[in-house]
Amino acid sequence: MKKTGAEILIESLGHEGVDTVFGFPGGAVLKIYDALLNYSEELRHILVRHEQGAVHAADGYARSSGKVGVCLVTSGPGATNTVTGIATAYMDSIPLVILTGQVPTMLIGNDAFQEADIVGITRPCTKHNYLVKNVKDLAMTIKQAFYLARTGRPGPILVDLPKDVMADNAEFNYPSKIKLPSYNPTYVGHAGQVKRAAKLITNAEKPLIYAGGGVISSNASKELVALAQKFSIPVTTTLMGLGCFPGTNPLFLGMLGMHGTFQANMAVTHCDVLIAIGARFDDRVTGKVESFAPHSKKIHIDIDPTSISKNVIVDIPIVGDARNVLKNMLKVFEEEPAQDWAKMRADWLGRIAEWKEAYPLNYKSGSCIKPQFVVAKICEITGGDVIISTEVGQNQMWTAQFFTFTKPRTLLTSGGLGTMGYGFPAAIGAQVAFPEKTVIDIAGDGSFQMNIQELATAVQYNLPVKVAVLNNHCLGMVRQWQQLFCNQRYSQTIFEVVPDFVKLAEAYGAVGLRATKPEEVEPVIREALSIRRPVVMDFVIDRNEGVYPMVPAGAALSDMLLV
Amino acid sequence: MRHTISVLVANEPGVLSRVSGLFSGRGFNIESLNVAETLDPSVSRMTLVTRGNDQIIEQTIKQLNKLVCVIKVADLTGSDYVGREMALIKVAAEASSRAEVLRIGEIFRGRVVDVSPKSYTMEITGDEEKIQAFINLLAPFGILEIVRTGKVAIARVKKEGSNSGGARGKNLDR
Repeated sequence: MKKTGAEILIESLGHEGVDTVFGFPGGAVLKIYDALLNYSEELRHILVRHEQGAVHAADGYARSSGKVGVCLVTSGPGATNTVTGIATAYMDSIPLVILTGQVPTMLIGNDAFQEADIVGITRPCTKHNYLVKNVKDLAMTIKQAFYLARTGRPGPILVDLPKDVMADNAEFNYPSKIKLPSYNPTYVGHAGQVKRAAKLITNAEKPLIYAGGGVISSNASKELVALAQKFSIPVTTTLMGLGCFPGTNPLFLGMLGMHGTFQANMAVTHCDVLIAIGARFDDRVTGKVESFAPHSKKIHIDIDPTSISKNVIVDIPIVGDARNVLKNMLKVFEEEPAQDWAKMRADWLGRIAEWKEAYPLNYKSGSCIKPQFVVAKICEITGGDVIISTEVGQNQMWTAQFFTFTKPRTLLTSGGLGTMGYGFPAAIGAQVAFPEKTVIDIAGDGSFQMNIQELATAVQYNLPVKVAVLNNHCLGMVRQWQQLFCNQRYSQTIFEVVPDFVKLAEAYGAVGLRATKPEEVEPVIREALSIRRPVVMDFVIDRNEGVYPMVPAGAALSDMLLV
Repeated sequence: MRHTISVLVANEPGVLSRVSGLFSGRGFNIESLNVAETLDPSVSRMTLVTRGNDQIIEQTIKQLNKLVCVIKVADLTGSDYVGREMALIKVAAEASSRAEVLRIGEIFRGRVVDVSPKSYTMEITGDEEKIQAFINLLAPFGILEIVRTGKVAIARVKKEGSNSGGARGKNLDR
């Protein structure tokens, strides 16, 4: 039986196991939205209030669940509004499929109404993208899009769908096989390299594991913990890696890099073998490249060959899926004679403990609410059993420092692109994926305002997302840089007008709560958690609070500003 | 150092843009680029000449391999290959110099492909040095216009007992 392009599209999504799409309708996707009405049982559509929100929500859905996030928007402005969200997912290797409407094929290139060359625009920020010109190619394109999104190094795939193609008819048979001869990700690490790495690890005196988001994408937490435990190797993670190793484990040093802990950055500087797993030596992690782990031999496990020796030259590269490689490495170790590793590591771990004791993460309490206190309280009250999203800036770094993440996929944050406005829609996406879980967006007043319109989405679908606004009436991170590097010339970082978030929440039909004193923090959090509705908590915090320690951009990791 | 890289790509719209976008986006440079269909009409071959240190070339090749539309990448530099360029040169040829222009053309095995009372258009193929030498010799007569292709290149057949590697495929671990 022949089906329309719109029907083929929706049924193809069904074949890929998609049950939710985040979207916003428009002229070019009229047919698809019409067909959606006939599939409301199989496919849930979440109507956002801005297309950027749709992509971030799909992204939050994907990060928290491990599934491919899907969004559907119209042509032109609908499509261009998704670009920031796509670039965000691309930088953090998040599997998304973005379906954009397009003007009819005969009008493409004619500057038609609501036409944008979205395939051209998103070429550098997608893993791959497609323009479907013939309805006969549609099913195969969707199949390939999902396959590419979720395999290898995951990433966003955009599929541009002209209006006439959605109306055309074709026989529908969902393909069972994919032919992509040019795409062959390497999953199994080179056995010889794995053995060499294993040997280096067993001979190391001061080894350190530096784990990133790749450990989470490949579901390699269990293997990572096994490796660290077996050899008593301390572990530091990137921002993207938080949660891949339990924050409660004594071997955990916290995050490294620009706002990393003293012990993590000192351990990197002094280690003799650095084992990088699913991390890409980002400039926020390495600081000055020449002084990054200068005394170490480096092992780098990554599924993307381009990540290897891009910023930092490594000694033993292993291209492969982190989980696979770690499994094989653990097998190699089984042949090793047993030794008392904990005893052999005593000196190294003792030195790290001294660093930790000398400069632990800290803040001074005062009469105003300290943001670190809010984050720590949220962690304490929830017992850490929540999904946390963050915006970008100080709120993000305080969360990374003061929230103890114990499980993978519990922190959703824009690490690579650093997209303000990411956290709230991402929290909505996570809440859609896990209706029963507590999902909290730790936000700043600046970032929250960038996608605040999604409050309507949260209220409409009764998604009980909580937003904790660390409200300092300014763009805190930029202000902090101006304080440190621009002689306290605060250019355009102070908000003279900030909306009343409590009233705003109420105007949207959500609940608004406010705390202005330290003793009000805990009751506000407890009350928010007891309400099965979206809640905005407005924590009026100390404007002068900064994020420390800090490694100034381009400085060595050992040159930290400590308070 | 200069490298000649041969890239097999899927013959589909947008591929050239993906490859050139990769170069511009990452700050790699392209000195010349040639694209044409192969025997298999679904596949095209690009020959590109780029410049960079070993790390940049390694990164360039890895990034090319990462593109979904790229089937195979081979760095021909350092292995045995034949590279050729072609040029069409319109050179002034007055009565007094016509014979001399033709003679230079013969020496370089150039061909005259268009004649007018005051000019010749010559076709020449060869490596870059040969074409440059030809242009230098014609320059005194007055070159009116030049059109040059970039380099096309092909690996030589591996001979028994020689260890000149030929084209290298996806080299993932390095």
